[in-house]
Amino acid sequence: MIISLSKDNVQVVKEQDVVLLRNRVKEVAIKIKMGLVNQTKLITAASELLRNMLRYGGGGFCLIEIVSKGRDNGVRLTFTDKGPGIPDLSLAMKDGYSTGRSLGLGLPGAKRLVNEFDLKSKVGEGTTVMILKWANG
Amino acid sequence: MGNFLLVTIQVDLYDRLALNLEADLVQMVSKTNARGVLIDISAVSIVDSFMGRIIGNIASMSKIMDAETVVVGMQPAVAITLIELGLPLKGVHTALNVERGMDLLKSMIGTTEEEPEEEDDDYLTE
Repeated sequence: MIISLSKDNVQVVKEQDVVLLRNRVKEVAIKIKMGLVNQTKLITAASELLRNMLRYGGGGFCLIEIVSKGRDNGVRLTFTDKGPGIPDLSLAMKDGYSTGRSLGLGLPGAKRLVNEFDLKSKVGEGTTVMILKWANG
Repeated sequence: MGNFLLVTIQVDLYDRLALNLEADLVQMVSKTNARGVLIDISAVSIVDSFMGRIIGNIASMSKIMDAETVVVGMQPAVAITLIELGLPLKGVHTALNVERGMDLLKSMIGTTEEEPEEEDDDYLTE
């Protein structure tokens, strides 16, 4: 059972917000004593998803939570946009696939960097991506 | 004019800055006849796929302008993350620190010139 200990919802509309949000994520990661390597992985994954959200979703919100399960603490990030949505989720999760001109590493790469990853998308309604990294995960 | 351009990135770049850096660097290579570009990323704590692509672009652009690029000072956590992300920065020369990067550049360019190179320090800081 995962309990949320703190919540912070941040709006992301422009690319400068990415750096801002990375710093916010870093703060909470430090707060729960996450190691530097895990911090870097989490922030890099967040960076990829933020970029996706800006490029494909036209911006959105990022919910930053400190969560706990038993003795483990972690950071959970939920990215929500009201963009066009992803028609084919399994294709979007494939390495090297991109509808933009990027490297196609964003979604599958982010998934590899975190402990839990959940992607929900409805065409015409938007996309929600949740990632969770345990402090010692 | 010096043979090398030395660039240190002091902050985590957002996209526009990174793109500017890319354009500025290629211009500087042409303006200064630089044969080598050394990029120090020791102060960069996050390299995502976008930044990785910019670094790769700078290397390939410099290459076709007849300059070699060496990226130095990558933090261990960044290296670990890049590999897991699936971005091994293929085709980009790297060295542990500035000194080794300089040595690498010198050996790549083949220091056949008589006198020792003058280094043209160009710090881009934002």
